[in-house]
Amino acid sequence: MEKNKFMRSVRLREADCQGCINCIKYCPTQAIRVHNGKAHIIDKFCIDCGRCIRYCPHHAKIAVYDPLSVINDFKYTVALPAPSLYAQYNNLTNVDIVLNALLKLGFDDVYEVSAAAELVSEASRKYIEEHADEVPFISSACPSVIRLIRVKFPSLISRLLPIKAPVEVAAEIARARAIKKTGLKPEEIGIIFISPCPSKVSYAKSPLGIEKSSIDNVVAIKDVYPLLLPHMKQDESQLKPLSHSGRIGIGWSNAGGEVAGLLAENYLAADGIVNILRVLEELEDEKLHGLTFVELNACNGGCVGGTLTVENAYIATTKTKRLIRYQPVSKNHLAENPDVKNLFWADDIEYEPVFRLGNTFKESLKMMSDVEKLTARFPGLDCGSCGAPTCQTLAEDIVRGDATPNDCIYVLRANIADLSDKIAALTRNKDTDQGFSSRDSELLDSYIRTLTAELASFGVPEHPENR
Amino acid sequence: MSDQLTFTYEIDGEDFTRAGEASSTVKNKLKMLGVDSDAIRKVAIAMYEGEINMVIHADGGTITVTVSDNDITMVLADRGPGIPDIDKAMQEGYSTAREEVRSLGFGAGMGLPNMKRFTDEMRIDTAIGQGTTITMRVLL
Repeated sequence: MEKNKFMRSVRLREADCQGCINCIKYCPTQAIRVHNGKAHIIDKFCIDCGRCIRYCPHHAKIAVYDPLSVINDFKYTVALPAPSLYAQYNNLTNVDIVLNALLKLGFDDVYEVSAAAELVSEASRKYIEEHADEVPFISSACPSVIRLIRVKFPSLISRLLPIKAPVEVAAEIARARAIKKTGLKPEEIGIIFISPCPSKVSYAKSPLGIEKSSIDNVVAIKDVYPLLLPHMKQDESQLKPLSHSGRIGIGWSNAGGEVAGLLAENYLAADGIVNILRVLEELEDEKLHGLTFVELNACNGGCVGGTLTVENAYIATTKTKRLIRYQPVSKNHLAENPDVKNLFWADDIEYEPVFRLGNTFKESLKMMSDVEKLTARFPGLDCGSCGAPTCQTLAEDIVRGDATPNDCIYVLRANIADLSDKIAALTRNKDTDQGFSSRDSELLDSYIRTLTAELASFGVPEHPENR
Repeated sequence: MSDQLTFTYEIDGEDFTRAGEASSTVKNKLKMLGVDSDAIRKVAIAMYEGEINMVIHADGGTITVTVSDNDITMVLADRGPGIPDIDKAMQEGYSTAREEVRSLGFGAGMGLPNMKRFTDEMRIDTAIGQGTTITMRVLL
């Protein structure tokens, strides 16, 4: 089966959607429209950032991910906890408390994503040093960032660090170890990621940079978090020593964590989808100089700010810092990890020109000319009443054949006023000596019918409570 | 010549922080047209430099961008002081920008040289006290 290039895990729960315009306004790639009272997410424009999940006042935007019951689908399961999981708990001083609780919950083994992150940091340091003439590199750990660059910033694709994300490396190591330990077949082993965000859910099913991910299933931190709590009240002296990651690895959960592991001097670390869009624009225009590395996280605060987490992102940031304060810098080194086969991407990321208007330059030029003309007709209020986020996007939708000018209530109102005028003029004729011909009568009838049709096509949507 | 499209932008001479808005808008339009990303990069950089120059030296002006099958033409027209010595102005590092402008990180004397470097053709028409018109072409 060919993988879906535009796979997304942010979905609409239609029953809860009230057809308001909040999501279309907050979507950073203008991927949502409201038509017939319901929001629609356009697959190829969506980058799975989850911003609509945060802002939908009716909780109609949701993330899809696997239920924890997937652990029953395998003979042997390994949990891959994201480091952001640790930051959910208050007063956590020992990561082993969380890791041992995961075993009690039913996993057969655990492998920390933060351990693999330290290997990724080491490989990144080496790669950047060896390719010093190609800087700045852009971090490739956040799938939403890659997807954003893939559709909007073709000239920056070559700047993406071609190294697998920590969770992918963790999954490969975990499976290799489990096979060695149990002798089971690869497919009998379930590698299950405990994720802070839906973007990683899509990544696991349809990865970028590699053909197939080693992650079998992705469960949510917010599902696992409460289930671990009862297993965490135990005597620390009874804990199995499972944790094996230092400051660099666990620090990846916070914005700025990845660059901290690079030990680089000239870097930029930006978080939050709107901020990173601005950074990418400036990088593309070559307005930022002297940088070696650019870390970008789609969520405010970094992965601790993911939509599948529980704790406030900024409190979680502090908790991570407190947890790693007395840890050694790094506990994982490539030389000591024979299970790590290849840390690099196998596939190139290809530009997906989804925002291009036509199929050819000529066609696009004609379509843009029409967009310009249409935009001039619209009031420029970007009110969203048409279901598109801006007047410009409505014009683009129209030339693509997905909307009509009458979707703009101002255009519609002007059309109605025009029809009323014509009707008035005709009826005035009735009383003059020109009289009222059968032709006039036909015209009047057609005007009134058009008017009725146009009026019927809009109006205040019925409030759900009155339905 | 029906297959072409023209965009016009008025550049505000008052505000440094807004310089670059027009070039950014053009860049995004060119992406929607499916223009090759190398050509987009050239246009964006050359136009941004020109936009900054108009703000620093000429209190703004008008930029007209024409996109056709085979080229993108940018005409940057201002009513500024004019350029007394074009050869000197084209030297890298030569700048007549005021001190407060330089303190903002502008006026490094790379504007005109970069505009020339990133375009396939550039022409400067200038008259002292009347203004400057720079025409740049990027071939597709």
